[in-house]
Amino acid sequence: MKFSEQWLREWVNPELNTQQLADQITMAGLEVDAIEAVAGDFSGVIVGEILVAEQHPDADKLRVCKVSDGKDEFQVVCGAPNARAGIKVPFATVGAVLPGNFKIKKAKLRGVESFGMLCGPDELELGESTGGLMELSPEAQTGQDLRDALGLNDKLIELGLTPNRSDCLSLRGIARDVAVLNGLAIKEPDCSPVPAVNDEQREINIEAEEDCPRYCGRVIRNIDISQPSPLWLQEKLRRAGLRSIDAVVDVTNYILLELGQPLHGFDLARLDGGIRVRLAEQGEKLTLLDGQELELRNDSMVIADEKKALALAGIMGGKESAVSESTKDIFLESAFFAPEKLAGRARSYGLHTDSSHRFERGVDYELPMQAIERATRLITEIVGGEPGPVVERTTAHLPEPQHISLREERIEKMLAMPVPAERVETILSGLGLIVEQADGGWAVTTPSWRFDLAIEVDLLEELARIVGYNNLPVKPITDSLEIIAKPESQIGVSDVRRRMTALGYQEAITYSFVDPAWQKAMFPEAKAVPLINPISADLADMRLSHWPGLLKAVAHNLNRQQSRVRLFETGLCFVPEQDGSLTQEATLSAVLTGDRLPENWHAKGEKVDFYDAKGDLESLLKLVAGRDFRFQSGEHPALHPGQTAEILLNDKVVGRIGALHPSLAKQFDLGQGVYLFEIKLAAVTERQVPSFKTPSRYPEVRRDLAVVVDRKTPAQSVLDAARAAAGEHLVNLNLFDIYEGEGIDPQRKSLAIGLTYRDSSRTLNEEEVNESVGHVIRALEEGFGATLRN
Amino acid sequence: MENLEALADEASQKIQAASDARALDDVRVEYLGKKGSITALLKGLGGLSAEERPKAGAEINRVKALLSDQIQARKTDLENAAVAEKLAKETIDVTLPGRGVDSGGLHPVTRTIERIEAFFGSIGFESVEGPEIEDDYHNFEALNIPAHHPARAMHDTFYVSDNTVLRTHTSPVQVRVMENREPPLKVICPGRVYRCDSDLTHTPMFHQVEGLLISEDSSFADLKGLIESFLRAFFEKELAVRFRPSYFPFTEPSAEVDIQCVICGGEGCRVCSQTGWIEIMGCGMVHPKVFEYSNIDPDKYSGFAFGMGVERLSMLRYGVNDLRLFFENDLQFLRQFA
Repeated sequence: MKFSEQWLREWVNPELNTQQLADQITMAGLEVDAIEAVAGDFSGVIVGEILVAEQHPDADKLRVCKVSDGKDEFQVVCGAPNARAGIKVPFATVGAVLPGNFKIKKAKLRGVESFGMLCGPDELELGESTGGLMELSPEAQTGQDLRDALGLNDKLIELGLTPNRSDCLSLRGIARDVAVLNGLAIKEPDCSPVPAVNDEQREINIEAEEDCPRYCGRVIRNIDISQPSPLWLQEKLRRAGLRSIDAVVDVTNYILLELGQPLHGFDLARLDGGIRVRLAEQGEKLTLLDGQELELRNDSMVIADEKKALALAGIMGGKESAVSESTKDIFLESAFFAPEKLAGRARSYGLHTDSSHRFERGVDYELPMQAIERATRLITEIVGGEPGPVVERTTAHLPEPQHISLREERIEKMLAMPVPAERVETILSGLGLIVEQADGGWAVTTPSWRFDLAIEVDLLEELARIVGYNNLPVKPITDSLEIIAKPESQIGVSDVRRRMTALGYQEAITYSFVDPAWQKAMFPEAKAVPLINPISADLADMRLSHWPGLLKAVAHNLNRQQSRVRLFETGLCFVPEQDGSLTQEATLSAVLTGDRLPENWHAKGEKVDFYDAKGDLESLLKLVAGRDFRFQSGEHPALHPGQTAEILLNDKVVGRIGALHPSLAKQFDLGQGVYLFEIKLAAVTERQVPSFKTPSRYPEVRRDLAVVVDRKTPAQSVLDAARAAAGEHLVNLNLFDIYEGEGIDPQRKSLAIGLTYRDSSRTLNEEEVNESVGHVIRALEEGFGATLRN
Repeated sequence: MENLEALADEASQKIQAASDARALDDVRVEYLGKKGSITALLKGLGGLSAEERPKAGAEINRVKALLSDQIQARKTDLENAAVAEKLAKETIDVTLPGRGVDSGGLHPVTRTIERIEAFFGSIGFESVEGPEIEDDYHNFEALNIPAHHPARAMHDTFYVSDNTVLRTHTSPVQVRVMENREPPLKVICPGRVYRCDSDLTHTPMFHQVEGLLISEDSSFADLKGLIESFLRAFFEKELAVRFRPSYFPFTEPSAEVDIQCVICGGEGCRVCSQTGWIEIMGCGMVHPKVFEYSNIDPDKYSGFAFGMGVERLSMLRYGVNDLRLFFENDLQFLRQFA
């Protein structure tokens, strides 16, 4: 909502300058987004009248004009195509200063002297260039300073209104708040009835009773539509960003701005019989004022006559029934449409109009009669005409005032300060509420223009905002000091993140919606959740994994000379389940590529491999010591078939790790080995609370074994078997060497295993240890065909 | 006895000439060893007269002790020299960088959320999370935003289906908390939120931290006090803070909170559009209808809620001038917050 400060001051004129006024209403909840001057900074510009315009002797495009300032005549050379005798235009006289400190001096153009300059709107910063002079209304007084003639010492104040304050979508509404804030009264315009001079009327039938609780109409005969709107009206519209069209349209627009009532004028000659306010028929066609042809749905309301739809009710008029140059008689509409019914309807047709904006939020349901009278008065003043009587129809669905009880103790409790009774009454009645004293407080009735007042807290807010939020007390928060239980078994995600950063990973945050092409390439069998209205085609599916997003981030960095990248991310992944439900799984994922270490002087630039990724993952898993994580070889379409492992916790897969499949790396244009892992966050945020065991005071015994097994045998299974066979005294089992090559069958490999034994209450003897090692050897021989390496 | 003096001189020279421990030991054996020449002199004492013997013996022993001392001194010298030489050899360039992995860092959004959590955590607010694909009821209806409510136009919502959305704020988490727990409640809800909007100052995903306090006697004054002290703690500055009336369907009264511009100190600059104020968060007293939806008695309990955009706080805190940088994950950007 943009309004002219001058116009507001016609209604209510507090002793505040523009900035103070803006601050005051901002602090009362009508936020001022911008203040701008209605015109540029200029002086010495008057209303000039072109008396004569003749061709310049030496220039095709120039004219030599005689311009009057009301007393004298001046010769002015002008290049504007519309410079012609008889029009009034802004005339910058010699000595004038135009915006940009441009001084007007006597000049000679192609040999002809020129005393001043005739101006277009852009030269005065009054509007966009029209390619010529700004033509002023004939009623402008020649010689008058243009700033006075047009009232240009004015500011436009733009409000960012919240949707609850539909009452402030008009000058009257803003004036009401300003009046209450300053303890002033407002000067209302004349809305008294304009008597009918004939009996001309059209029958009105409201069939859509819920949608249209009130409809008023009036016929005005014999108008002279050729009469232009007066300067003051044109100027008020221009300042609101509206163009003058004809007097009927201009007046309806004016009243929309002034009172907030959307009105519509129909060409009476286009109406067949009476008015029907009805729901549209499915597929019914209507061409709107803007030329757009709509196919209507039967949930929409139209204003129709007995044969056809005329207008999309509350949204936009129809082209066919619109007022035009040939209009002689009009039918004026002023109605109340139910906000909850109209809500969303304009949008459903891709429309948004000043009218729909207001009706959706709520227009004063007692306003239509006042507005139609005011409109009649203005229209007949400008274009003449003979009004008939106003026909008004209402239905049982007209809203009623809300009766709210306001408790005095509640005011003090919520606002933490008492508000004197008298002040409460002044504020509320100033806002148009009817306030009666009642037991312990007041019985309050809401005005017809406030759709946001329904319950007691709504009134508390009104009090608070008029008193001023900044004048309400401030208290330090106090509360009982209870210790919040925090299970030691739970690790915060922040601990997990910190472990990742300590391992050299940078945290990334990628969009939760990803490129379907990348995701499909990585998870060809999985079905992702698509968005109905994505922001773009490459952010259209919800992620199944962080990997597609992280890989894009890797690509971004590789393209920017960052060849060593380690990123991790935490957050939800969105996985549709077989049964149609959706799992939103909190996950940690990481990606690494490039050199193992940052470039340095001590090690040559070795690239990361699977075991770097796995080592980092294992470091992470150590956060939750005591949980039984295991790895097993696995498969995943995004990963290298020979370098993929599943992470198991209590035999359930909780994550996976591997090398990005080389063909995907190629497809994604990642020219180097990339390793990935992901794990459910729940798996790494729950740990065991330590349970003490007495450290043994007896020495440990270590035995090393080198066993030769098939190359394909997973080391993990050999270790598992060794552990199982070793018995209770084994305290540590360590794989300390792997050897393949010379001296060994090429199909086999040697694993060197260190077994550490210890007992908590005594020194183990040689025989016991030997026996255990014997068991291990036998188990490996039997389980894996292992042989001892010499 | 000239022989003894000559012998001693000769031995002394050899001791000084010995260049390592082994050479020195050879000298010791040559003169003082079992078959050494000085030892031989002692053995030869028996051939002297009883009168000469004590004097000659004393003389030889004096020389022997002298040489022993010299050997010991030389030995110490040699050892010191060896240590010095070893140390000299072991000297390294201590200005070379150490070995080890470089550490990464947190994303500025996480860093900011963690700071916010710490402030509120210190006064007993628990951090709670919830789903991001949310049903219409929790995202809108239970927050007093019925279908077609004009406030829905304030949220450019991403839809997954007719009644499932990407949450447009973290308030639905608060609804879930109210549904599942009994007041009094003190929670904050950080997380990702989504709005279908993308330009210089909007990204389709961003982060919020919203908070909720419900007790039997919370008032607008408590809300003001909490928000003011939080903002001053966050920016580590005695900022001017102002509250102005606003509108959110789920709070009444509702307020928008402005802080004195942290860039220009309130003088007016591009960041604050010359106003000296920066809109930083929204808040208000929980709307009774929201309580009703979650079966909390609005006559018994009152409460307040607040919400803030994390990227915005982060931009103001660290001076980041382009919102879109937060989601490009460029290492040049991320490393600044390590």
